[in-house]
Amino acid sequence: MLGEGILKGLAETARNFVGSFVSAERLTTVQYPEQRIAPIEATRDFPFLVYDGGNWAAGLRCVACQICEKECPPKCIYIEKSKDKKPDALGKPQFYPARFDIDISVCMSCQICVEVCPFEAIKMDTEFELSTTDRFGGLLYDRKQLARSNEHYHKIHPTEAAEVDARLAKARAAAKAPVPAKTAAPAANAAGNLTAGPTVEPAGGGD
Amino acid sequence: MNVTYKVGAFESNKNKPEGWNRPPVITPDGEGELLEVAMGPHHPSTHGVFRMDVALDGERVIRLKPVFGYLHRNHEKIAEGISYLGSMPFTDRLDYLCPLTNNWAYALAVEKLTGQEVPERAEYLRVIVGELTRVQNHASSIGFLIQEMGASGTPLMYAFREREKILDLFEELTGARMMCNYMRFGGCRVDASPAWLDATRKVVAGLPGFADEFERLLRTNEILMARTQGVGILRPELAVNAGVTGPMLRASGVNYDIRKVDGYGIYNRFNFRVPLGDHWDVYDRFMVRLLEMRESIKILEQALKDIPIGPVMDPKAKIRGFRPKPGEAYGRIESPKGELGFYLISDGGPNPYRYRVRPPSLINLTVLEDMAIGHNVADVVLIFGSVDIILGEVDR
Repeated sequence: MLGEGILKGLAETARNFVGSFVSAERLTTVQYPEQRIAPIEATRDFPFLVYDGGNWAAGLRCVACQICEKECPPKCIYIEKSKDKKPDALGKPQFYPARFDIDISVCMSCQICVEVCPFEAIKMDTEFELSTTDRFGGLLYDRKQLARSNEHYHKIHPTEAAEVDARLAKARAAAKAPVPAKTAAPAANAAGNLTAGPTVEPAGGGD
Repeated sequence: MNVTYKVGAFESNKNKPEGWNRPPVITPDGEGELLEVAMGPHHPSTHGVFRMDVALDGERVIRLKPVFGYLHRNHEKIAEGISYLGSMPFTDRLDYLCPLTNNWAYALAVEKLTGQEVPERAEYLRVIVGELTRVQNHASSIGFLIQEMGASGTPLMYAFREREKILDLFEELTGARMMCNYMRFGGCRVDASPAWLDATRKVVAGLPGFADEFERLLRTNEILMARTQGVGILRPELAVNAGVTGPMLRASGVNYDIRKVDGYGIYNRFNFRVPLGDHWDVYDRFMVRLLEMRESIKILEQALKDIPIGPVMDPKAKIRGFRPKPGEAYGRIESPKGELGFYLISDGGPNPYRYRVRPPSLINLTVLEDMAIGHNVADVVLIFGSVDIILGEVDR
């Protein structure tokens, strides 16, 4: 019969129309600013710099090795290495980024900086409401704006952060292990740095 | 900005060598004038920025000239300047509806170049995400096709409802809905958790119901049949000569599926069939996509049943800072749109000496004029929709 196919299709539409009233899981839309869907843990957005402890400038894990700057496909990372060194979490003197800028208007959220970072210093955030009225400076984030605490990292990616912490703890244990064989004093020193960390504000911080 | 031409004025190929153009299928009768219409680059049917210069005799199409290049982003040249790893996220942006198959083709090419092995579990994960990509691509491509016929909304929204579930799975696994950047040379970036596999099983269990619903909604619809049957016929000889691949070629009755003929990855382990078209028209392309969705669901069920435990990355694999030996490699896969290939030449450096994409969308689009000549303007939109292109891949 001519028109049978159309009627069949309309029956399907009617079923969907009625179905959305009786079954809550058929309602696929949410009213965005008021209602939000549950965040997915693996979601990535833009990078941030992880710091340990309470002071962002002292606790940054980044040692300005510039691997991410080199590997970044759209080249949106800009790093200036410090002239001096300061002790890192293992107590080893390391460079730190005197300047670490990410132009997030260029960043394409590909996560390659996270993957290539040997120091677990850069991770992906999940914050997406970043609109600004400033076209030029507003989307160029410096290291102060990029710094987030390790607790923040634990909050947004709990599983991944736990793995990272375990890896870092293992590395610290491995770094500490051979030390007591020689002398006990540097080990204590390293442990002290690990927990408290230096509180000196590096030059050019927060610009 | 429509321009009228006298008959014959449009013949720009007078000075071309003999045999350059085939004889005209239809000649304008009588004293009429040809009307040149520029469809696009902002035409709602063009899926993006693409222009068709159509010469019309009344309603009939006499000539059709596709104009590419509005979305050119210099992908190949950029890839020659950055490391092998750096090109991986850019491949997501070729065919942005199916980023994971693009990743796969590129990873395959680099693995061929470096002789890298891929662990078993990673191969299964690749098949799972690849087939999920195929399902969502075919569903939305059918939705777009029907939308171009004028049914604006219903089928496309049904397709997108299902696509949403699959994109949620992608986000849970890879961190992004569309720009996944998931595969690496020698495996996949992250492992799938058991919870993810369970969620995928649940979604896959719902997919046959979706395919049934889609079929009930559309397959026997008289309007769809009247609009698509006998329209846009692509003869198998022309399809093969033009290098058309994918559902377009199979709808023309040519049994050519790279999953079968190449058996890349682990596709020879799965039991699935290749649907072929009988009448070579738009309706066949629609049906072939519908049936391929069902075959993909079959592959997904098998892969989700057999997926082994193990690493997803070869522990010896280097993802950055490697220098392949001088040589060349061509990795190709059956992407949802056809044969997607990456051709790489290495000169021993950290970045490819030559990087070339063989995009299925661009090559399938070259036969557009042959399919459209003699049809009405309204059918041109339909024929164009049945090619299933993504401009990001056409222009690169």
